Amino acid sequence: MSEPTSALGGSSAEGFARVTEAGLHGMITLRGDLAAPAMARALKAATGCALPGQRAISAHGANLAAWMAPDELLLLLPYPEAAAICAKLETALAGEHALVANVSDARALFRITGAKADQVLAKLCPVDFAALPAAEIRRTRAAQVAAALWRSAPDEISLICFRSVARYMFDLLATSARPGSELAPA
Amino acid sequence: MSTRLATGGRLIDRTKPLGFTFDGRALRGYAGDTLAAALLANDQMMIARSFKYHRPRGILAAGVEEPNALVGLGQGPRHEPDQRATTTELFADAAMVSQNAWPSLTLDVGALNTLFARFLPAGFYYKTFMFPRFAWKHLYEPVVRLSAGIGKAPAEPDADRYEQAYDFTDVLIAGGGIAGLTAALAAAQGGQRVLVLEQTAHWGGRAPVDGVAIDGKPADAWVAEALATLRAMPNVTLRRRTMVAGVYDHGFVIAQESVADHLPGADLPRHRLWRIRARRIIAATGAIERPLAFAGNDIPGVMLASAARDYVVNFAVSPGDRTVIVTNNDDAYRTALALLDAGLVVPAILDARATASGELPNMARARGIRVLEGRGIAKVKGGKRVRAVQVCAQAGEGAELETIACDCVAMSGGFSPVVHLFSQPGGKLAWDAANGMFTPDPARAPTGADGQPFVACAGAASGALQAHDCLEGAHAAGGGTGPAPQASAPPEAPMQPVWMMPQGAPPALRAKMWLDFQNDVKVSDVQLAAREGYVSVEHTKRYTTLGMASDQGKMSNINGLAILSDALGQPIPATGTTTFRPPYAPISFGAIAGEARGEIFQPLRRTPMHGWHEANGAHWEPVGLWRRPYCYPRAGETQTQAVMREVTNTRQHLGLLDASTLGKIVVKGPDAGRFLDMLYTGVMSTLPVGKCRYGLMCSENGFLMDDGVVVRLADDTWLCHTTTGGADRIHAHMEDWLQCEWWDWQVYTANLTEQFAQIAIVGPNARELLQRLGGLDVSREALPFMAFAEGTLAGIPARVFRISFSGELSYEVAVPASHGLAFWNACLAAGADLGAMPYGTEALHVLRAEKGFIMIGDETDGTVIPQDLGLGWAISKKKPDYLGKRAQERAHMTNPDRWKLVGLETLDGSVLPDGVLAPAPGVNANGQRLTQGRVTSTYFSPTLGRGIAMGLVARGPERMGEEIDFVAGDKTIRARIRDQVFYDKDGEKQNV
Repeated sequence: MSEPTSALGGSSAEGFARVTEAGLHGMITLRGDLAAPAMARALKAATGCALPGQRAISAHGANLAAWMAPDELLLLLPYPEAAAICAKLETALAGEHALVANVSDARALFRITGAKADQVLAKLCPVDFAALPAAEIRRTRAAQVAAALWRSAPDEISLICFRSVARYMFDLLATSARPGSELAPA
Repeated sequence: MSTRLATGGRLIDRTKPLGFTFDGRALRGYAGDTLAAALLANDQMMIARSFKYHRPRGILAAGVEEPNALVGLGQGPRHEPDQRATTTELFADAAMVSQNAWPSLTLDVGALNTLFARFLPAGFYYKTFMFPRFAWKHLYEPVVRLSAGIGKAPAEPDADRYEQAYDFTDVLIAGGGIAGLTAALAAAQGGQRVLVLEQTAHWGGRAPVDGVAIDGKPADAWVAEALATLRAMPNVTLRRRTMVAGVYDHGFVIAQESVADHLPGADLPRHRLWRIRARRIIAATGAIERPLAFAGNDIPGVMLASAARDYVVNFAVSPGDRTVIVTNNDDAYRTALALLDAGLVVPAILDARATASGELPNMARARGIRVLEGRGIAKVKGGKRVRAVQVCAQAGEGAELETIACDCVAMSGGFSPVVHLFSQPGGKLAWDAANGMFTPDPARAPTGADGQPFVACAGAASGALQAHDCLEGAHAAGGGTGPAPQASAPPEAPMQPVWMMPQGAPPALRAKMWLDFQNDVKVSDVQLAAREGYVSVEHTKRYTTLGMASDQGKMSNINGLAILSDALGQPIPATGTTTFRPPYAPISFGAIAGEARGEIFQPLRRTPMHGWHEANGAHWEPVGLWRRPYCYPRAGETQTQAVMREVTNTRQHLGLLDASTLGKIVVKGPDAGRFLDMLYTGVMSTLPVGKCRYGLMCSENGFLMDDGVVVRLADDTWLCHTTTGGADRIHAHMEDWLQCEWWDWQVYTANLTEQFAQIAIVGPNARELLQRLGGLDVSREALPFMAFAEGTLAGIPARVFRISFSGELSYEVAVPASHGLAFWNACLAAGADLGAMPYGTEALHVLRAEKGFIMIGDETDGTVIPQDLGLGWAISKKKPDYLGKRAQERAHMTNPDRWKLVGLETLDGSVLPDGVLAPAPGVNANGQRLTQGRVTSTYFSPTLGRGIAMGLVARGPERMGEEIDFVAGDKTIRARIRDQVFYDKDGEKQNV
């Protein structure tokens, strides 16, 4: 079997913050009644994550569960585990009205790192980064395409977009991060 | 002469001289100069010609209100017309050219217009170019167009880059003068998040120039302390060179930051457009001085009194050796004092008021300046530069009392608060008769979603023209507690509104009194408009072009509507103002476009195999935001030849198509079957698991909007394929119905379009290829036509759909996108000796047209229903309902005269041009030729060796064998109506 390849093969660019395509990550769209006990149980069993509250992200080890909509979560996990976790969820949710879809290959993941990472994204996303706490996911847009982002570490923001526009996103982020164009006023 | 003074200049740095040019002349200025200051320092008072009469025009103001001093700035890819010299900072080697003058600024042919001024009254164009009607298009418009515009558009693409940014704040303060800073201190000390935007490069506004003292300190010192305090607060952001352009509903604000205008060539974004959400906005935008309307007030050397002292104090530039001051208020006396302080001569102050006995006039008298009360200017003498003024009684009709030689006139007609940001989102103004100005009415401020005011004015913008009141109000606007900073300045006596000078001026003088300097609108023009029946200020504005220039009437509007009110015999508030619209001052197209140019002009969607296509010479076709290979020309091949080769190879051997762009939407739930039965015209709920069915989707109005193959993956799960362009739209359509109409149906959808790379494997050798890849039984028995299987191929997880859009034995294989390129390469490698060859979208079209398959967007155009296309077989007659069913039963839709799909073959075998019409005898109610049909798809078929086409023809299916003429330009092409399936009608090839 061939090695799976991410959209940009881990490209990176250095500016006043560093922009990196983070390679392949497992992602699962989970739709269902988030208030149903079966949902929380299935999520816990399959990923170890607690059910996240509105706009929140819950974590367990390398697994994240992010709240995307009142009836939708996005699960982030190591790429090789996506299929197995999908299967676990399917089993756990058998008989429930729910949808589990492996979307690991439909997305690209970027990390924007550095003390000024916020400024790279403040040029592209209508998001108040000063008011964006850790462990919160924000569905937004970056310039002309849909995106979701969260603070994945101190001085690091992770951003997801559709795979087909990964190159556009990379070019946008790299342009935005060009040295000297920081937003901080003099 | 205007010149640089030997000492002084609070904003310039004499250790940093800068060379620049104006119309090719080498000049010198200093860092900190504006272009206007640097030009004046070199005695370049005349900067431009006016728009209509080509009158010589000089620098009138020192700020954003400047109507005259627009220059073409920069060269080649950095040339930009209409740059305001008074707000643009000087930089090294700045190259300026004057505008609206030919052959040169001093010798200008267009100036002849001024001789014909009396033949170019208000509304001249409307009156003159009306008749004959045809002449507008062919004669007048082209000629008028030649003389339109002020500067020259750049000839090269912009060398600079631009960007945008978002910000959020509790309080946005527009203006970094003493009012803005006071409001900022108050708001910041209250713990609010504060953003202060100042349009110039300097903080403090004009208080330092005006000699205001705050808390016992000179304004400059107080400003420095205030800035230090604010910079130390984490909840405050200060931005200079950032002009608030517009305030919109819900506290949305647009501002433009000039990041690198003063640093051309630096690797920086030139402008940054800020898009800001502010809970509250404080407009501390100051006030703009008004000119006085006297004859010759546009001659270079006449400038605003406040501007004259700005140039002296800020830039150490003398606007003239002898400056006559003409005023209706006390503030202009500050200019006289500043000029005296700089060692310049003020021969007289003409004060239109009967008496001038306030503290400032007395200070002027004490310094030995002649103050003439009740006097005005009858006329300014001079052409390209002021030579003298003729003094008259303001109360009279302009009889000359004396002539005073001078080379500068500093005028002040009072101040207009800058209420733009308050008015743009709907704030209403009140007329302050005592001060002759419109002020923001706090009782009628713009309100937000909570019904509370969200814009307030502070300082001079609120009408508080005196420094003490200014800071009291600003402190309160910022929510300050405790005492406000205390400002002190000499008290000012009341001004006296003067709208015309002298008040009884005869027509000859009125025709030389400029109101709008940039658009050449005079007192006489506004009065003419009133005589001709214009009573609305908005209509008068458009008729006379008053306030329609790039300065948007910052200086002219109040004077103009005062003249209009007088002519109409009504008070000024009854006339009202024109609407204030964003932007406050022009912003660049570059900033509006932001980062969107070049590679990132628009997102380009790429499939996992995009790079391969590119490397293998694909000729691209844009499909939505995707690029799909149209064909893959080989060396020496034309595109047409490539398409023919690809079609033939696919029919005879094996073709591979990147079909990854097709929409793939999974629909799951207990009600999914019922949902799909409503969405599609056919029945999807009865589709057995593991089977595929072609489906049509219609809008509520019955029109065909998308098609594709539906696959039943599991008992409660379907996969809906859409067209490439339809993926997002159909997904949204599904969610719309689920969320808004059938919210109680248990259905979930997910758009998995990008999860899979999809490859169509087409041709007689298709099965052989899949068998070689191995891992899945793809035999005729195991995987018959319209069936689906899941497993692995070449070791990659795959779904295989046995469907055909070509009429050949065909599979579409979906693999995870991350394996897409690997799978594509595996197919090419394993199929090399089977004739595997990629084909593009044009070959796809030819293949499907040979089989008579329709294409959304070719056979459909939003007016076509499935019944028109002979697709009745895909429409359920049994279902009680589906989206579009009711509409399709309406009389117009069931009319047998509708145009319906047929095949068309030319008698000579040629290819019909796409889209051509077949005329019918007679004409319609509009006298247009009747038509009876239209070509919707047309290709040369290499398989049949002749042109083939499909088209919609009136009662087409009833007219098989009939010949009709299509008209393409002057050619008539005869074609025979036939069945649209040209190839393998029985489907033997795809069923092998």
